[in-house]
Amino acid sequence: MSAQTLYDKLWQSHVVHTEPDGTTLLYIDRHLLHEVTSPQAFEGLRLAGRKPWRLSANLAVADHNVPTTDRKNGIADPVSRLQVDTLDRNCEEFGITEFRMNDVRQGIVHVIGPEQGATLPGMTVVCGDSHTSTHGAFAALAHGIGTSEVEHVLATQCLLQKKSRTMLVRVDGCLGKGVTAKDIALAVIGRIGTAGGNGYAIEFAGAAVRALSMEGRMTLCNMAIEAGARAGMVAADDTTIDYVRGRPFAPRGEQWDQAVAYWRTLHSDAGAHFDLVVELDAAAIKPQVTWGTSPEMVATIDDCVPDPARESDPVKRGGMERALAYMGLQANTPIDRITVDKVFIGSCTNSRIEDLRAAAAVVKGRHIASSIKLALVVPGSGLVKKQAEQEGLDRIFRDAGFEWREPGCSMCLAMNADRLEPGERCASTSNRNFEGRQGAGGRTHLVSPEMAAAAAIAGHFTDVRKLLS
Amino acid sequence: MDKFTVLNGLVAPLDRANVDTDAIIPKQFLKSIKRSGFGPNAFDEWRYLDHGEPGMDNSVRPLNPDFVLNQARYQGAQILLTRENFGCGSSREHAPWALLDYGFRAIIAPSFADIFFNNCFKNGILPIVLDAAEVDRLFNEVAAQEGYRLVIDLEAQTVTTPSGHVFGFQVDSFRKYCLLHGLDDIGLTLQHADKIRAYEARRRQSEPWVFM
Repeated sequence: MSAQTLYDKLWQSHVVHTEPDGTTLLYIDRHLLHEVTSPQAFEGLRLAGRKPWRLSANLAVADHNVPTTDRKNGIADPVSRLQVDTLDRNCEEFGITEFRMNDVRQGIVHVIGPEQGATLPGMTVVCGDSHTSTHGAFAALAHGIGTSEVEHVLATQCLLQKKSRTMLVRVDGCLGKGVTAKDIALAVIGRIGTAGGNGYAIEFAGAAVRALSMEGRMTLCNMAIEAGARAGMVAADDTTIDYVRGRPFAPRGEQWDQAVAYWRTLHSDAGAHFDLVVELDAAAIKPQVTWGTSPEMVATIDDCVPDPARESDPVKRGGMERALAYMGLQANTPIDRITVDKVFIGSCTNSRIEDLRAAAAVVKGRHIASSIKLALVVPGSGLVKKQAEQEGLDRIFRDAGFEWREPGCSMCLAMNADRLEPGERCASTSNRNFEGRQGAGGRTHLVSPEMAAAAAIAGHFTDVRKLLS
Repeated sequence: MDKFTVLNGLVAPLDRANVDTDAIIPKQFLKSIKRSGFGPNAFDEWRYLDHGEPGMDNSVRPLNPDFVLNQARYQGAQILLTRENFGCGSSREHAPWALLDYGFRAIIAPSFADIFFNNCFKNGILPIVLDAAEVDRLFNEVAAQEGYRLVIDLEAQTVTTPSGHVFGFQVDSFRKYCLLHGLDDIGLTLQHADKIRAYEARRRQSEPWVFM
């Protein structure tokens, strides 16, 4: 057999049936559900008198609407409460395992899947959420789906898919101190654009990717969708296997050994063909800060806000002008002169224990600037929160003036009470800087946890590498 | 799902690249547990001058006169003409639900975000990819002629302009078949139930841990 990519292997091992035009019925191993994109799918099942095909494939959690403050009295917003209650009721009716709001295992769906070992190498993983690409960090084929497909997976355990083209993003060399997986992700998006990955499945490889922890690999794969690629993935290795070992849903005993032997084959073969190869030198990547309303509108911390007058493409120029007007920024402003009002450390991109440790290391012994209206740390799950508290990270953040919250999506998309007011500017570790994403009229700058922490201390963006030295 | 065969529709131009799903339907409207009623909140932040929340009477809200879809000449449009990477961002199917509820049955752009593109077909909306120069030409023609309509023929895979110019477009034959007949693909998939069961039986042998 000719050399295969990781994507080819994952695809091929899940094909149930192929139509003459290549449309394939692909088997889905793991289906994660949350409250926002599932109610209409359950309703569809009910209307058609259908039942879930394989109950054990499903795992549900409410994350988008949940409050990050005290939860003893439930959810204050009646519309949010109805959506969360609807998930509870649907899971109960259909017999689906759910971690409810006050369960310590509750958290952001893309944090808890891996944390529980529900995401395993070699699996197909889907969820009605575009950031499902996160799970590709485990050498899994993982991508977001719409609500019709949520219903389709519930009813049939399959999806109708066309095979994607393959892109290899190879990041060789070694990342500098204070430069993270988030900076790799933003640098890649800056290079290929938010449409650069349309129609592709991206495999991230190279020495700098191999050196990343699972948390870092999840951050990187999480942002594949911001590059337009539904799926991002990283080959399995010791780092992957060590992370999975002992997790509640992971295999044990003889099956563990059998699984590990299979997982070790989950990499692209030498000489495998990719439709596109993009190469970056890790050593050349600097801390990144987005300046506009699309993740591709990104600069390095030592750079300036770009000048639309220098852009020759009229559609792009118009987009830049609109973005600068929305963001309240002048062309040619040095990035490190941009002041921020709020800081958000959290989201499925950057809310895992390693992210919190890295931000705490910057914050330790310092205090947020007096101009900062709110600095939030929202752990990705109840278990991340618990671990962080055991390590004393909550004290470090609180002593520095941060608020320490309950887990959920929070200000990444502001479906709960955590949001920006019109005109407010935020250093955010989330994944999207679209207009209104963090609250109508809010202005989002995407950064790494370290850079967000540094901005909280300085009151403006600043090169975290100087704080670390 | 409604069938899509031939559409003779008024065209509305949205001259922006990278229109994201947060712009198509802002997050506060995703709290609904229904599939319908999103149309009045499509492009909410661009379309109205005030801030929209679920439960408001949208018919009395102040419209933004600068937003193109608010112009009298584009009322009743069924075809949206836009730029590259339309529908990027979240997987929310609320985006195509909002566009459909607004009245759009087809969207023409040089490229679409993958998940959005897929979600359109599940809801009877036809997303059509034309190359950037063709899209440019259509933008110019729409601007020049009030009441500009296109005829989209899915069977023939053509878009015809008022002057009779015909653009061809590609569509997967399986998606085309489903759209032409308004078919629910869960029903189609369940015709392969035996194959799914046989596949599962094989995987239970080779990777039993997946099925725990």
